[in-house]
Amino acid sequence: MGQIPQNTRTLFVEAFLQNNRLDHVSQVMGYHPSYLDNFLKTQNFILRGDGPLPYDYRHYIAIMAAGRHQCSYLIQLQKQEFLVQGGDQSWLKGLHCIPQKLRNLYDINKILAHRPWLLNKSHIEKLTKGKDSWSLAEVVHAIVILTHFHSLCSFVFPCGVNQELDQAGGYRYPETLQMLNNPGGNSVAAATGVSKKSSDPKDIPIPNDTRPTAGKILNGGRLNNFINKIGVADWTSGRTQNQSPPSPTEPEVGISTLMQRMKTLSEQTQECTPVELAKRFENVETQSAELGAVGPEPQGTPADIGIFIEDTQFIYQDFAKRDEHQSIPTFRVQDYSWDDHAYSLVNRLYNDVGNLLDDKFKTAYNLTYYTMGGRTDVDTSRFRRAIWNYIQCLLGIRHDDYDYGEINQLLEKSLKTFIKSACCYPECVTKKDYLKVLREFKHSEKVHVNLMVLEARMQAELLYALRTVNRYMTN
Amino acid sequence: MSTISVLQEGPVNALALNKDNSQVAIGGRNVFKVYSIEEDCFKEICNLRASKHLNLSFSCNDVAWSSTDDNYLATAATNGHVCVWNLTKSGKAMQEQVYQEHKRTVNKVNFHSSEPYRLISGSQDGTMRYFDMRCKAAVATFLSNTESVRDVQFSPHMPHTFAAVSENGSVQLWDVRRTEKCIQQFTAHSGPIFACDWHPEATWLATASRDKTIKVWDLTTSKPTLDYTIHTIASIGHVKWRPQRKYHIASCALVVDCSINIWDIRRPFIPFAAFNEHKDIASGVAWRGDSQVFLSTSRDCSLIQHSFKDASRPASKANIQALDISTKGNTLFGMRVPVSTNTTKPTGLMRKSSTSTISDQFHQSASVLHQFTHVSVCNDLSSFEFLAKNYILYGRSFPEMCEHNAAVAKECGKSNISTIWKIVNTMYGELYVKIQAMHNNGGLNLMNNVDASSTEKKNNDVVGEAAAAQFSSADDDVEGEDQVDHTAVANGYHTYNKYGHPKGDFSFGENELDLELDALSIDYRNGMRNQNQLQQQEDWTLPNEAFNIRHEIRDRSPPPEQFPNNNSPDFNDDSHSSTVDEQPTWLVSVSKIPPMPIWDPSASLIESLKHHAEKGDVQTSVSVLIVLGEHRKNLKTLDENTVTHWLMGYIQTLERFRLWNVKALVIELAWIPSISQMNQQSTRINTNCSQCLKPLQRSGWLCDRCHSTDASRCSICHQVVKGLYVWCQGCSHGGHLMHMQEWFSKNKQCPTGCGHLCEYR
Repeated sequence: MGQIPQNTRTLFVEAFLQNNRLDHVSQVMGYHPSYLDNFLKTQNFILRGDGPLPYDYRHYIAIMAAGRHQCSYLIQLQKQEFLVQGGDQSWLKGLHCIPQKLRNLYDINKILAHRPWLLNKSHIEKLTKGKDSWSLAEVVHAIVILTHFHSLCSFVFPCGVNQELDQAGGYRYPETLQMLNNPGGNSVAAATGVSKKSSDPKDIPIPNDTRPTAGKILNGGRLNNFINKIGVADWTSGRTQNQSPPSPTEPEVGISTLMQRMKTLSEQTQECTPVELAKRFENVETQSAELGAVGPEPQGTPADIGIFIEDTQFIYQDFAKRDEHQSIPTFRVQDYSWDDHAYSLVNRLYNDVGNLLDDKFKTAYNLTYYTMGGRTDVDTSRFRRAIWNYIQCLLGIRHDDYDYGEINQLLEKSLKTFIKSACCYPECVTKKDYLKVLREFKHSEKVHVNLMVLEARMQAELLYALRTVNRYMTN
Repeated sequence: MSTISVLQEGPVNALALNKDNSQVAIGGRNVFKVYSIEEDCFKEICNLRASKHLNLSFSCNDVAWSSTDDNYLATAATNGHVCVWNLTKSGKAMQEQVYQEHKRTVNKVNFHSSEPYRLISGSQDGTMRYFDMRCKAAVATFLSNTESVRDVQFSPHMPHTFAAVSENGSVQLWDVRRTEKCIQQFTAHSGPIFACDWHPEATWLATASRDKTIKVWDLTTSKPTLDYTIHTIASIGHVKWRPQRKYHIASCALVVDCSINIWDIRRPFIPFAAFNEHKDIASGVAWRGDSQVFLSTSRDCSLIQHSFKDASRPASKANIQALDISTKGNTLFGMRVPVSTNTTKPTGLMRKSSTSTISDQFHQSASVLHQFTHVSVCNDLSSFEFLAKNYILYGRSFPEMCEHNAAVAKECGKSNISTIWKIVNTMYGELYVKIQAMHNNGGLNLMNNVDASSTEKKNNDVVGEAAAAQFSSADDDVEGEDQVDHTAVANGYHTYNKYGHPKGDFSFGENELDLELDALSIDYRNGMRNQNQLQQQEDWTLPNEAFNIRHEIRDRSPPPEQFPNNNSPDFNDDSHSSTVDEQPTWLVSVSKIPPMPIWDPSASLIESLKHHAEKGDVQTSVSVLIVLGEHRKNLKTLDENTVTHWLMGYIQTLERFRLWNVKALVIELAWIPSISQMNQQSTRINTNCSQCLKPLQRSGWLCDRCHSTDASRCSICHQVVKGLYVWCQGCSHGGHLMHMQEWFSKNKQCPTGCGHLCEYR
């Protein structure tokens, strides 16, 4: 039973200091401390750091963004933060009670969340001109918050993050577990079966220990002991890795096959024509359009979050099926890239955020422990790149220098369905779906996949939004 | 050679000139053409995208033209291909070689300057490949060990050496014969380097980066030295040295800045020349062999040939004089002086002259710096600070704020400003509403009275004018340095102050009402016209002592005899004449309107504010405007530029006095977007850890470096102070505000026992 690594622990302390709680999202991200570090810094900066928007606006914008995916978890958290920052209680009665200025943002919120390619100059112009107008710096700040929370929904649902303890629907400790809350919790926790699920200590999500700082915070440390129970809902029941056979309906490609394929791909020299490559991109796009969401759409919207949502009918539409086929071409990342253009623009209009986002994207993209399932020393770069590019492909972004044929070889259908759902319809994804895919992978690796969904999606939305702002500025 | 341009069907990413500079090749996602450059136009020679088999290897990031053989072009394609094109062939055969070796986008291709057939490419996959056009595959591969290579350039000085710059801010020098390790590597920038260029003569390498700098490195020794740094306003995407001008370099930005700037590296903050023809960012620059002509491409789909004679010179527009005034009234003034008058030394403190004979662009120049010290002590300064600190600008009702501010002004002896507040209160406060109601009752009477008074006024015209002139000059005195007059005003004020009656303590019968109104209208009129001087006519003012507001105003106006005839040197002619001119118009306008519904005071108020601003007292103008709040919309004729100017002036002065809180408040309350946006820029100030001096960025009480909260503990309860921390500036010990208060109510020494006698107030 491992100790929590020192760096993760420091980060948890930091997360607590920032949020006055160690929220479940941070706990799950604790698998990847290097990423968590960047994530916390960024989130703290855009919500509480130096920036053009008033604090209450920032949290309300976050609520509006989370509302697009009906993410009650994030809405609850942000509501609290909103009140802590002295926000006007009446705004929480719904969108009809907020100032016109904030309401004006809703269009961009809606478009960015579901069909970012529809965003154009006129949307920015509408915001920045006339009464209740926004300054460009404010617009960019709002865009960063919106994209952050849209994509955070793509992490919260697919990881099965539960409500916080103090939220309605949060985890309740059964009596039997109360007694486990003692300093010798290690052995007891193991005995409950919560932590003995794996033979490999590495994949214990967040091992228990008696951390004084975070523990003190969180109800006497008992939360930490049962992080699995509450952080990621009941993983134990779905613990099938290396044991359960793939379900007969969807034969899953094992890790060994996957590794074999990656090897073949890296050995083969590219011989297909560029025309063929272009076709492959379109193939991936159209094929993905045929994949449905993993689960049924949630029935109805709970009233308490429905008040933060307008136009619920507006949802993701497959890029390949867009009506505006002619007027909206594929977004070529070579023409407007994060490194070259978006970064400079966002940094110019909203001091310093570019560096934070840049680090966050880089960490998420390059993160690897050279493991895959139980195997070590694996070069996972192809697999990661396939996932990243597949996500951006769903949003109509093409990397000229990528052979999209690789996606079909490396990502099997069930994984693609999962990724697509996580990215486009996160509200439909449940913990069951999380458990169904990538059975041979460890939790930390699966969380990593979800992180990539988060980051690739955020980058895609930002690219569209900032390109639009750029166009608005140059003309 | 003149400026010529041609429009393309899509954005252009790069351009290349052939070796005798007569033709240009341009490339982009949808563009790939060769033009010949004629005297006054571009002539298309060849469109390489005419082929039916278009694909991604036609969409180029970079184009290079062989420097030895005019028929060969090379392109760097976004899909990772490096293509070599033979212009003598046609159709599909033109694409003589396609190297599909890079795994990611290729950013740059560069031909060797002397060896034919040799070229090098740098790619997003972090490798560089060296090709021989006669071979099917790369001759050599260099691994940069960085994420991506953004630019590669062969050195013009060392035939086997090339420079490569990368995403992580490092520069590498490679020998083409040694693939295993670079000769030299150093970190040049804190962000990705997007471009580099070797100086044609000197051993300089210029690098351009996302960190908004262009750096010039001297590579003569084994340890590169940074010779020059240019600060730009945006990330730089391309740089190119200007031929025949040792110190000149051209740059174009990646975002935001659409102009092409030519810098003199010795003058790093302002471009030597700028070309603003492009409407979107420029994507490439190429000099046509001589220093006067260059070509550029842009994302606005155009190719332009620029002639140097059409350049704009930002440096020449720069202000060559500088002036600053300290809070104490001392003034520094710097200006350029003709070099020939080098003989006499004025009252200046310093003198700096520089001579330069390096190039025709520079000439001898000299400048002087004068310092003027303010001799007379003037309490204007302290009162400015006092007023700024004590004015209430928001959060209370309008009359309350006016009353308060008037009292504040009065307290520091600014009786005239105090009056303004009162007048503003009268004109826009509750009474304004009350008077409207009165008008409904006694409208006719009022009209008659006004007529009467205006007649009288006419009779008194000359006197009135004289009085007005005197008063405004008296005003100047109060603002200025003439203390005698100021005291005179103050004395007069105190004398009259005795007549003060509590507000609302008045009542009048039917007859009195008329008088009341008469008096009021006079008050108004005078308030308008003279801003704060009331007509000195005892018969008008005496019967109305009971009227609160009016009486206040009356106080303010001592009889004219009290003022010595004014001969202050800074008497403002403008304000004088404007006051006089105002009068007839006013008279006309009043007598013209028969029903005289509600008289709109805004024109006069504007006049008054302008008057103060012109005298340099923007504080009053700005504060009044802020307090007016919604009433501001009545001031229609006050244009926004003027107000912006005032606000800026006030904010700057506050800054100089270090009144940061007031400054922030004024910005916050400013209703003009360009001002209120100032607070959206960074306004954060971090405190430093008292132990390691690292700024406390995360929270004010935990140091990330020391991992301790020692510095922020309360010396009484030894708990961490998370809110307000009060400390003694003598011994630097402190703690919770309440704890310290409690301690010092009983003790004198520092609670830590350090023995310091802290002073707690």
